[in-house]
Amino acid sequence: MIEWWVDGLLGVMMLWLAWQALSAADLLRAVAMFVTFGLLVAIAWIRLGAPDVAIAEAAIGAGLTGALLLITIRRMDDQRGSGTQEKPRAKAD
Amino acid sequence: MPRLIERCLPVLAGAGAIALGALIAAALLRTPENDGAMARAALEALPDSGVGNPVTAVLLNFRAFDTLLEVAVLLLTLVAVWALDLRLPRTEALPASPVFSSLLRISGPLLVVIAGYLLWVGASEPGGAFQAGAVLAGGCLLLRLAGRWNPGAGFVRWAASVGLLVFLLTAIAMPALTGGLLQYPHASAGMWILLIETAATVSIAAILTALFVAREPGETRP
Amino acid sequence: MTVTDFYALVGVALFVMGLSALILRKRDLQRILGLNIMGTGVFMVLVTSALGQGQPADPVPHAMVLTGIVVAVSATAFALALSLARERHK
Repeated sequence: MIEWWVDGLLGVMMLWLAWQALSAADLLRAVAMFVTFGLLVAIAWIRLGAPDVAIAEAAIGAGLTGALLLITIRRMDDQRGSGTQEKPRAKAD
Repeated sequence: MPRLIERCLPVLAGAGAIALGALIAAALLRTPENDGAMARAALEALPDSGVGNPVTAVLLNFRAFDTLLEVAVLLLTLVAVWALDLRLPRTEALPASPVFSSLLRISGPLLVVIAGYLLWVGASEPGGAFQAGAVLAGGCLLLRLAGRWNPGAGFVRWAASVGLLVFLLTAIAMPALTGGLLQYPHASAGMWILLIETAATVSIAAILTALFVAREPGETRP
Repeated sequence: MTVTDFYALVGVALFVMGLSALILRKRDLQRILGLNIMGTGVFMVLVTSALGQGQPADPVPHAMVLTGIVVAVSATAFALALSLARERHK
């Protein structure tokens, strides 16, 4: 049964975090929002009665994907640093 | 004129997105509710599947072929990333600090134990090979980032392939035992599932860690 | 509105947001984020389809979503590696 103060809050926060992740001005901030979004999605899976999916989402969806995104940001900065001299920090446009 | 379009673009895109969302939502809310026929079929066959967790039964028994293909896709992704030849710098270890080494000392063994627990308990409670493999990948990744673990090319390749290998060999061996591809014998189905899941856990951990590292092991070019 | 309908609508909204980001954003990483959020929206719709009226949860969509999460992370890893290779060769 839906309990608005749990499910409604969860849904609104998921949408807000997704919006923030996709429209962030800074790539690092976008990834941080995305990892938090993944955590809330894991809680939503529990709310929907899917505990296996929740464990997998928390470990793989939020954890590993976040780590992959962060290491890619750093590698891109390193590549830019050793190649052509460009902006020191990855910025969105 | 192009300037005008460029300024209207966010509004147009937003309107288009909302329209598409409304269309999909309308179609979705019109679809008939789940009448439970598939759920009933799966849950009725559950005692014969060899495990108690319905999701594990579906993944490793009723739809085992899909899981076989998924393990193959993981391995294929690793080969593709290695084929890209990224030439990343050799050392990406984090600087040694007391915080990190105590984190490593506590959470490294803990993650291995949790992975083993998730693998074992996946037969009856929520858990299973994928969750265990992901947690184990986290532990292996911590060790890699600390610079304390540098497996050679042979180890990584074997660890990544063992999941698909065991799954394929089991699939091929089944016709000799029961007469159907990927059809486990009734009495020992749980054991076969555990065997496949263990190999898959090792493989998933190795592949996810290797995808993160992205540098082919044994590569000597700087 | 039931739990099922609410989360299905959230899933559709996530899908549409991810699709917009995939089309409109310029940097590779933002597009990959959009792709992931699209996938999460689809998974949410799938999992809500597993709930019926007062029945035990249907395990087949859960298994599909589990497979989907693993394939999504491997696709993300490959896409990130591709974008790194693209940067290197620019």
